[in-house]
Amino acid sequence: MIVRILGEGQFRVDDDVAAELNQLDTELESAVEHSDEDKFTTALASLLAQVRAQGAPLPADILEASDLILPHEDSSMDEVRKLLTDEGLIPG
Amino acid sequence: MYMKGTAARMGVMKRVSLVFKAKANKALDKMEDPRETLDYSYQRQLELLTKVRRGVADVATSRKRVELQMNQLQQSANKLEDQARKALSMGREDLAREALARKSSAQSQLNDLQAQYAQLQAEEEKLTVASQRLQAKVDAFRTRKETIKATYTAAEAQTRINEAFSGISEEMGDVGMAIQRAEDKTAQMQARAGAIDELMASGALDDLGGHRDDIQSELDMISSGSDVESELARLKGELTASQRKQIEGSGANGGPQAAQAQQPQQAQQAQQGPYAPPAPQYTPPQQPQQAEQYQPTQAGLPVADLPGLGGEPQDGDG
Repeated sequence: MIVRILGEGQFRVDDDVAAELNQLDTELESAVEHSDEDKFTTALASLLAQVRAQGAPLPADILEASDLILPHEDSSMDEVRKLLTDEGLIPG
Repeated sequence: MYMKGTAARMGVMKRVSLVFKAKANKALDKMEDPRETLDYSYQRQLELLTKVRRGVADVATSRKRVELQMNQLQQSANKLEDQARKALSMGREDLAREALARKSSAQSQLNDLQAQYAQLQAEEEKLTVASQRLQAKVDAFRTRKETIKATYTAAEAQTRINEAFSGISEEMGDVGMAIQRAEDKTAQMQARAGAIDELMASGALDDLGGHRDDIQSELDMISSGSDVESELARLKGELTASQRKQIEGSGANGGPQAAQAQQPQQAQQAQQGPYAPPAPQYTPPQQPQQAEQYQPTQAGLPVADLPGLGGEPQDGDG
């Protein structure tokens, strides 16, 4: 499956890796829900590290929509909330 | 998937990707002829490419400004340390303290700027990479656009158009956000850079840019102090000597000197001979003045004729 890290590009990851990612993602989501800044930072950093380590960067000239999209690495919790509700973070 | 069965908890990654997809679909729905979508989208892609390149240039400009300020601050810090050293060697600990306090202020601004500089540099790199990636995707889109137009009818093309469109749309959304972030950062930096410029202009950081440097002028004053004193003494000595001479001179020759001063002039006029008949008429009115003493003469005659300054030459003349 294809995972995009915003501001960084797309990666192709195996499905078993995706399962691990989902585990971390659940933590990330719960951190956002509970406004737990520390947990948020840790979960996001682990997610990104995992994708970078396990994924293969997709060549730039391949036009495919991603299955999963991750916030960029300096994202604040507030930015992620806005991303989820689509309050004008994505232009166009 | 892991969160199977928990429909509400689909995770951040999935939700974000759905938001992107929804955005793309909404744009697609607006188009009547799917193939028009391709051209329209391609235009927007080219516009975005221009925008992201401009974004790179803006960040670079901002980075260069910070770099310039860093150099200025570094120079100030170096200069202030030199001044502190000099002040200490002159036994002026108070001045040295002041110079070091300013150096520390310049240094902390410098550290702050270094952090910002690194951020801007990272932003510039990210945006450059994003611009290259977008360029590659736009090229791929153009190729695919031509293929779709050439090979498929409008109805057949729909699926392929949707694929191409959602692929590029996601990239555009990503790049658009990256530009926005870069713009925000640049704006922040510019505000800070402006504040530092003001701080420098106020003299608090002792900018080298030309305004008065009070520590330096005080140091200069101290170091040139002894020279000034000796020069002053020398001048005073000269002045006293010449005054004494003058007083002696005026005491001895004052009156006669005034008369003598006029005499060469009259002689000159006389030498002009027969061709200068008015001269004799010219002379008489001056006679009483000359006969009168020193002061009226001094007030009325041109400087060159003032006797006070010319004691010695007249001595020679006489």
